[in-house]
Parts: sequence; C-alpha cells; structure tokens
Amino acid sequence: MNPFRFTAVPRPLARPVRLRLWLAVAFAPLLASGLAATARAAAPLDVPYARLLRAAATPGDWLTYSGSYDGLRHSALAQITAANVKDLRAAWVYQAREAGGKLECTPLVVDGILYVTERPNIVTAIDGRSGRALWTYRRPLPSDVQGCCGPVNRGLAVLGDTLYLATYDCHLVALDAATGRERWDVVVADYKTGHSITGAPLAVKDKIVVGISGGEYGIRGFLDAYDAATGARAWRFWTVPGPGEPGHETWGDGDGWRTGGAPTWVTGTFDPQLNLLYWGTGNPGPDIDGDNRPGDNLYSCSLLALDPDTGKLRWHFQHTPHDVHDRASNQIPVLLDLELGGRLRQVVVQANRNGFYYILDRVTGEFLLGTPFAPMNWAKGLDAKGRPIVDPAATPTAAGTLVLPGMGGATNWFSPTYSPQTGLFYVQTTLNNGDIFYKMKQRYVPGAPYLGGDFRNPLGQEPESVVKALDVRTGALRWEFPLNTASMAGLLSTAGGLVFGGSREGWFFALDARTGAPLWRFSCGGSIMANPITFLVDGRQHVAICAASAIFLFAL
Amino acid sequence: MPRRLTPGPFTAAAVATLLAVALSLALRAQEAHRPTPVAPGAVLGPLPTTPADRAAGAAHFAAHCAFCHGPRGEGGKGPALAVPTLPRAADDAALVRIITLGLPGTEMPASRLSAPEIAQLAAFVRALGELPLETVSGDPARGAQLYAGRGACATCHTVRGRGGPLGPDLTAIGRRRSAVHLRRALLEPAADVPQSSMPYRADVSLPENFLFVRVTTRDGRDLAGVRLNEDPFTLQFRDTDGRIHSVVKADLAALRKERGYSPMPAYGAVFSPAEIDDLVAYLVSLRGTP
Repeated sequence: MNPFRFTAVPRPLARPVRLRLWLAVAFAPLLASGLAATARAAAPLDVPYARLLRAAATPGDWLTYSGSYDGLRHSALAQITAANVKDLRAAWVYQAREAGGKLECTPLVVDGILYVTERPNIVTAIDGRSGRALWTYRRPLPSDVQGCCGPVNRGLAVLGDTLYLATYDCHLVALDAATGRERWDVVVADYKTGHSITGAPLAVKDKIVVGISGGEYGIRGFLDAYDAATGARAWRFWTVPGPGEPGHETWGDGDGWRTGGAPTWVTGTFDPQLNLLYWGTGNPGPDIDGDNRPGDNLYSCSLLALDPDTGKLRWHFQHTPHDVHDRASNQIPVLLDLELGGRLRQVVVQANRNGFYYILDRVTGEFLLGTPFAPMNWAKGLDAKGRPIVDPAATPTAAGTLVLPGMGGATNWFSPTYSPQTGLFYVQTTLNNGDIFYKMKQRYVPGAPYLGGDFRNPLGQEPESVVKALDVRTGALRWEFPLNTASMAGLLSTAGGLVFGGSREGWFFALDARTGAPLWRFSCGGSIMANPITFLVDGRQHVAICAASAIFLFAL
Repeated sequence: MPRRLTPGPFTAAAVATLLAVALSLALRAQEAHRPTPVAPGAVLGPLPTTPADRAAGAAHFAAHCAFCHGPRGEGGKGPALAVPTLPRAADDAALVRIITLGLPGTEMPASRLSAPEIAQLAAFVRALGELPLETVSGDPARGAQLYAGRGACATCHTVRGRGGPLGPDLTAIGRRRSAVHLRRALLEPAADVPQSSMPYRADVSLPENFLFVRVTTRDGRDLAGVRLNEDPFTLQFRDTDGRIHSVVKADLAALRKERGYSPMPAYGAVFSPAEIDDLVAYLVSLRGTP
C-alpha cells in the first residue's frame, strides 16, 4: 500500500494537512468525519435496512457478521485471484488496546472504515487506509463474569447510523457510529446466573436480534429482539419451552427444563423473501449428564426458523435429540437455492458439530439430506427423517466413554463458506479429537459451571483440522487441505477463486477454491480464532483477519 | 467449547469419583459463603496446610479450576499449574491476588469463593507443582559423578544451563518427578514419552510434548531430531548434534513422527542397580537454582 496515498495532497500543503489530521484524530469524537476536510470526503455513516438487503451486491462493504443475510461468507470481489494472490502483502497491523487474549471478531466495514470489537467490551473504529483508530468506546467489565471460554466478542451489528454491541456481561449497547458515543444500554440477562454474550447481534428490519451464551452454566436459553431505536425488547423466544408450551413435554416431569441450556451464541441468518430468521441452538444442560432431562430436550441442538417480527416459531429441526456430548447446533445456517432431484429448492445447509452435513428445505424444515463429513462413533447414521441412530455405547459413564468427535465437535462456531462459482461448501473440520466423557452427578448452583461431568482427550489422540471442500448437493468430499493442529479459524471464499483460512499456529493462507492447493500464506505470529473478511478501500480489494490480539489487513 | 488436554496416567473411575465428591463439597461450601474478597496487597500469613485444608483446596480446585487448568493442574486451555514456578505468582500473596481478582483481559475470572477458601485453594495450587524432598537409598555425590562421567547424561540434558539441549532440562527435576518415576525413566526411557502432543499448546517444545521426528528431503537427505515447533507448512527440529533445522513441508519427501520413541539409552544395561540408585538420588536432589 502506498503510504503517501493517505495525504496525497499538493506538497506545499503538507504541514497544514498533517496538523489538520492530528486535530482530526485528537478530536475524532467531535469531527467524526474529520478527514473529509482533507484527503477524503466521507459521508455520514448510514446503513438502512435496504442497504443490508443489498449487501451481497455491494461487496465493497462488510455489513453483517456473515457478510450477507444468507450466511455464505462469499465475496463477489475478484481483484485478488489465484494468479496474483502470491503478491498479497500486509498493509497494516492494528494491535488491540489490551494486550493478551484472543480476538474472535469479524469486523464490519462501511465506506472504508472498520468497526471492531476488542476484549473486553471495547469498540474501535479503524481507518481502513492507515490502520489508525478514529474513536474508541470502552465499557467497564465486571471482574466476576463467568463464561466457558473467556471474554471474547465476535462482532457488531450496524443499522442506520448506529452500531450495536452485545457485551460479555449481557448488555446490549447502541453506539453512535460516528463517534462511538453511547445512545442506550439495556440489560439482556443477569451475568451472575451464568449468562454471557459473545456473539454479534443481527440487525433485521427495525430490530436487533441478540443471542445468549451460558450452556455450560445451566441457563435457560432464549433468543431476543430489541427495538433498534429505543432498546425496548420486542420479543423473546425461549429455546426451552415452559410449562404448557409445545415441546415442554420433552424434558420429563421434573425441573430439568429450568436449567435446560439451549443457548443461541452464534449469529444466525435471514431470508427476507420468506421473512424467516434461522438460528441454531446449543447443548442442553447439564452437558454430559442427561438423567434429569429425559426426552428429546427441545429445542436444544436444533435449527429454528422464526418470524423476525414476532419471534414466533415457524418450524424447527433437531439435529441431536437428548444430547450428552455438547453437540451444539450453533454453526452458521447457510441459505441457498439448489437444484436437487431436478427441482429448484430453497434450502438451508449446515455442517453440524455432531459430524453430519445437513440439507433442509428452508420453507418447511423438511429433511432432504444428511451425511457424515467427519469420522464419528456416537451415531451409526441418520434415519429417513434425519434423526441420528445413536450408539448407546457412546453414552458417558462414571468410568469414562471414548466418543468421537469429542467435546469440540467435528466443527464449531467458526464460519464455513459457500462459493457459487465452484458449487463447493467449505468447512474447517476437526479430526481425531475423541474425548473420554465422564458423567457425574452435579447439583445446580446459579452462576457456577454445570456440566454434569468432565471430558479429557486420551493418549494417542492428537486433534487436527482439515479444510474440507464438500459438494454442496451431496456432501461428498472433493478435496481437503490438512492443518497441523485443531484450528478455530473460519473461512472466506471469493469470486477471485480463493478460499482464505487460518491455523492455530497463526498462518493466514489462501487456497485455490477448485483444488485446495495452497497459493499464499502469511504468519501472523499468534492463533487465528476468527473469520476472514474482504472489502474495498479506495477501490482496492483488501482482506482482513484477527490473529491473537491484533488485526491484520492485506492488499496487493 | 475448547478442549481438555492429555492427562497423565490415572484410573478413570477413581478420578471421576474424587471429582464428584470434591464437586459436591465445593458446591456446598460455595452456598455457605458469600464472596468476601481479600483486598489486593493484604498482608497474608502462611497458607493453610492441614489435611482438612488440603482436602477443601482440592475440592475447590476440582469445582472451579480443573475445567481450564486440568484435573491435576496439568494444563488445558489454561496454563499448567503443576509446575515448580508459577510465572505470574512469584509469592503466595500474588497467587491469592490472582485467584481473588482474576486476570483482566484473559479467561481467568475473579473468584466468588471466600477469603479462607481462596487461601485453601492457593495452598493446594502451590503444592501441585512441588514434590517433597524424598529420602532415597543412593548416594547423590556418586550419582553426580556417574551423570557427568560414564552416563554422559550431559550430552543431552542440562543442569543449571550446562549440558546438551536435546533432552528436557533437569535443573529442578527433583521437584517435578518422584524417585519411582525417575528410576523408570532411566530403565525404560520411552515409558513416559508422550504418545500424543498437548494439542492446545503453542509451545510444542515442552517436555510434555517431546517428539522425535525423521524427515527425508526431496533432494534425498535424511535428517532426524527433536521437534521444536510445527505448523501446517513448516517444521523446526534440533538434530542430535544440536543443529537446528527449519524445513518447509512441501520440500519433504517423507515426514515420520516417532511417537513414544526416546533416543535415550536404557541405563539398566550401563549401570548396576546400586549405581542406578545413586543416579536417582542425584536427580531427586536437583531442586532448582540454589
């Protein structure tokens, strides 16, 4: 990147411009688009719902967690190609304010400015040209927030001129996107009872949809929607039905439903034509001991199709009834129109943590296809309706039961991607990660871990990840690219014929989308546990990834 | 959810039972107390070490810490605590402070346990990485001579920075390994070489991740050594002459990972049983920088 591009103005003006720039940075909250006076004119940020609907057609921005409502995480940008990706180089690196810890953020990008979340509860607007911060929002985080996996945050939602942050201590905060100043702050749940939020909210029409974490703490899961203007709660869908509600009977006669889990911790997808919101749910609680929750435990480990206006359930599909291995179904539900059996079907595709690849009719929830994409011993297959044929020998016991995939699953929260160019569905898959599951009785204490057991990976099992390319219609493996250890990086496909991914050791890499051949790589020096994105800055394609506690930007 | 690491040898049923008992104790204790955190920097007396305190500390650990740090402090997604020196807790006050307040910016939360419970927990954590000095039958001085002389142990091992780099450092081995363990390591060196790596460790060259690798390059060279690091594209290892090699996997015709293999000779064929006793006595006496 040309370092002088930023101040590309006539020489004699260099000093005043620099001064003005300094002032602009110093008074960024006052002069939100302070650069407008000098090198670049930026209109006030405005992302109305209509712009979110067109996100896939305007690939210069990255407007939602998955890039577009359909969850493809595919970009039409094609400046960076299989032929020239070897020349990709770092444009800048942004170091997080609080050293240590991992960034799992998918930045949003609007008009060349990145909006990122740093841990804990920090939001920063970063100039895409220079990597310089334009404003920072900080919100104190109580020290005693408990969550299974640390104070991470996966990103923001944007609607109109407002950014939406869901915090680890379970607040939903609206920020003026021009300044980072707080507009309102509402409480989603009490963090002292084991609730936390790590996912990015999703803006749909005039509402902000927010999921909840806490499946390892015996919460009762829900999905919420809030009025984008006021923060008033518009609806709540309990993912564990209460007494008298359909599905309550799947929890037995006791109180198991009260601690039933089924959290909604990864951002879902949305079909504007069908007016349906698709959202996955996590494991039932306690994770490993299912004795106090006899039955299928609806709607845990399921995909839900909800009316975004009312929160009413249209249909559900449960991938793993009565789960005892943490088979959370929170993986991104990808919305596609596919020709299947000679007929164009509106489908939702998901590579599930339980090791099966699913295609469902997204209008009705009808099961169309399910096939393993990773080795497993917990189920012998799926029946005609897609219900797993569970091997009883895989049930956790006090003495321990070896189960594959293990606790981490065949895949997890990190995003898959689908490329319409290749017809391939790409998913980072973990192999050889069997765990010994130990079941034990545990009494529920609000706010304390509630797993009902323990799990450890045995000698001889060394988890490793592979990037798998599956035929989207059949789930058949087309190619795979092996990684050294289990990775938690998501994938991005582009119209340039590339798939970007990351490794635990910190390599950010590009593969040929057709063959899986590695074409480019860069060592970020720390674990990549985030999803890549791509967008334009000054008309040039850039690719960004979070690694360890830094954000890296690349361009030709 | 991230995963747990490879445990050492244990009986699964015993551990599960212990954890279950410990957990119920801990949960009862948790109900009985509201948090009364220790003020940072508060002057501490010695940590409590009665058998009852130790049992309570073990129960707190099983309920609140093992999830991340491993059931025996061997490490997990949190760092190993069964180590002689805790890098962030040089003294007991620092350890209590970390448990009480958590480590901002990391996954380590502030504890909701009471101050006396935290003291019990800290004492338990402190003891995890430290074995008491054992009385053994051999003569450590003669063992030291065998180590330096006929055993040629310093070819591969270091004590206080002197010796070869191939094997684990032995400077404080007496605090980490029992006489029984050390005797077996001398007689059957491969017995405790891990069959698999700790998968969530960035630092793959830990002794716990010891791995001997053999590679053949595309131009026909055979190389072998102890793995220092590895990723999807590259491999770094130290050969038996101490040279460090960094290779790109695409340049290799073959890569073999010798799981469970140790290049160390079995010393039962080199030393008499009495000499083994002496060597064990010397190793047990190695407890860190004097």
